[in-house]
Amino acid sequence: MSSHAHSEDGHSSDGHDFAHPMSVQTLLAVFFALTFLTVITVAQASFDFGAFEVATVMFIATVKAVLVMAFFMHMLADKPFNAIIFIGSFVFVGLFVIFTLGDSLMTSHSFEPRVEELAPAVAEPTITTVDGAP
Amino acid sequence: MSTIEASPEVGHDEHGHDHDHPPFLAHHFDTPEQQFDSGKLGIWLFLVTEVLFFSGMFCAYAIFRALRPEVFEGCSQFLNTKLGAINTGVLLFSSLTMAWAVRCSQLEQHKGLVGTLAATLSCAMIFLGVKAIEYSHKFGMGLLPAGLFAYDPSNPHPDPAGHPPYLAYICAPFALALAGVLVWLVVSAVTGNKFQFAIAKPLSVVCVCFFVGVGLGTFLESGEESADHVDVHADPNGLATASVMLEAEESAAADAAPAIAASGAMIPVDESVLEILATDPTNVGVVSGLNALEQQTAAAGTSTVTGDGAILGAITTTEIDVMTPTTAGVFFSIYYCMTGIHAIHILAGIGVLVWLLVRAVRQDFNRQYFGPVDYVGLYWHLVDLIWIYLFPLLYLIR
Repeated sequence: MSSHAHSEDGHSSDGHDFAHPMSVQTLLAVFFALTFLTVITVAQASFDFGAFEVATVMFIATVKAVLVMAFFMHMLADKPFNAIIFIGSFVFVGLFVIFTLGDSLMTSHSFEPRVEELAPAVAEPTITTVDGAP
Repeated sequence: MSTIEASPEVGHDEHGHDHDHPPFLAHHFDTPEQQFDSGKLGIWLFLVTEVLFFSGMFCAYAIFRALRPEVFEGCSQFLNTKLGAINTGVLLFSSLTMAWAVRCSQLEQHKGLVGTLAATLSCAMIFLGVKAIEYSHKFGMGLLPAGLFAYDPSNPHPDPAGHPPYLAYICAPFALALAGVLVWLVVSAVTGNKFQFAIAKPLSVVCVCFFVGVGLGTFLESGEESADHVDVHADPNGLATASVMLEAEESAAADAAPAIAASGAMIPVDESVLEILATDPTNVGVVSGLNALEQQTAAAGTSTVTGDGAILGAITTTEIDVMTPTTAGVFFSIYYCMTGIHAIHILAGIGVLVWLLVRAVRQDFNRQYFGPVDYVGLYWHLVDLIWIYLFPLLYLIR
């Protein structure tokens, strides 16, 4: 944990503890904060924020995630290296999602049914050639 | 995780340490702290692989939602927000009890550790019980993944005799587990095996909690049915076509209902594709073709078509019917995949938590050796973390 000064001279069995129990007050405070944020995120769903809707829910979810990571997962008291590894994975998740999503938005239209293929279907609606169109 | 069976003497001699090697310290570690930190690094790396694993599904979600936002908006109406919110609360509470369990193990509060672990397990079971209601309800309505999707808007609640008893199938393994644990409880009580009795007692409560969750889910689902879903399913003429048309045009609410019904019956499902294409003004052929279709439909219904092609007495704007098997099925594929794999993680968490419960009853953990509780706690919080994102993304799309 954060007590590197002790680990040089001796071993943990000589009385010093590497356990840092979290206080009950902190645990309960984090839990109620998380519950409060859940109520907020459910409540905001009844309002129409338009384009900001996804951003709003993702922001609230991220605040909740940070609370869980910082306190329940003891990231604040943990070795920074562990936090770097874990947070680092989200950098790669971001790269993955942004590139794949960008690629999809730029190229997916070329897989849509073309107009000349649809034209017969317009003339005769009973033809169901475009049923499988995405 | 460490091999606790490592004999202290061997480590003592091999490494030449003059301090006593406690039984919980694996021989290849010098100190309990080193053992703890190594295990912790390992579990963080495992969590990284879990994050990357789930990111694939979140990516699929992002792509399909970006391509067809209206499908996600429409289909999300079929997910019961109340059940999702209750499950979020249950999972958050289980995270609290899990973090508390880590505290108990660090402070050597053995009774408290057993209690908090049992509470975490019970919350996991309630979560699964509610999920069982959600799943079986949707299976019964035919809201299934693409390929199996069989939802019929005119008959949203088919006769239960017509499909397999999904809820019974889901509950059967848990009922078996409950029966087994109860038998174990009785046997251990009769034979006087105190250790096994101390394990079976909390486990029987845990198994009962699944059915508490089922009851909770049934209660909330029925309340939702009579209140919010009325305007979705109950149509006076029994002609509800597109159930996602929650926000029907006010102006045409009353007299246009037969026209909607007629259009639903006449126009083939690929009209949604045409409407999307018609939004591009350069697609004149599609636009005029769609207009012709609408006029034809309107004429077949109760409204009249004037000479210049304007439709009277019918709704002027129609929402795209997203409840077609190919479009809605994809949403439910993503829904079942993401929530299903999350539920599998809950099941795995239940497995390791039971293992912890047994060791907690055995009083294996102390302030030098609480790693396993901490590692399982980290895994459990990650499962909670994923649900924190899943809930708003699936259930709360307006």
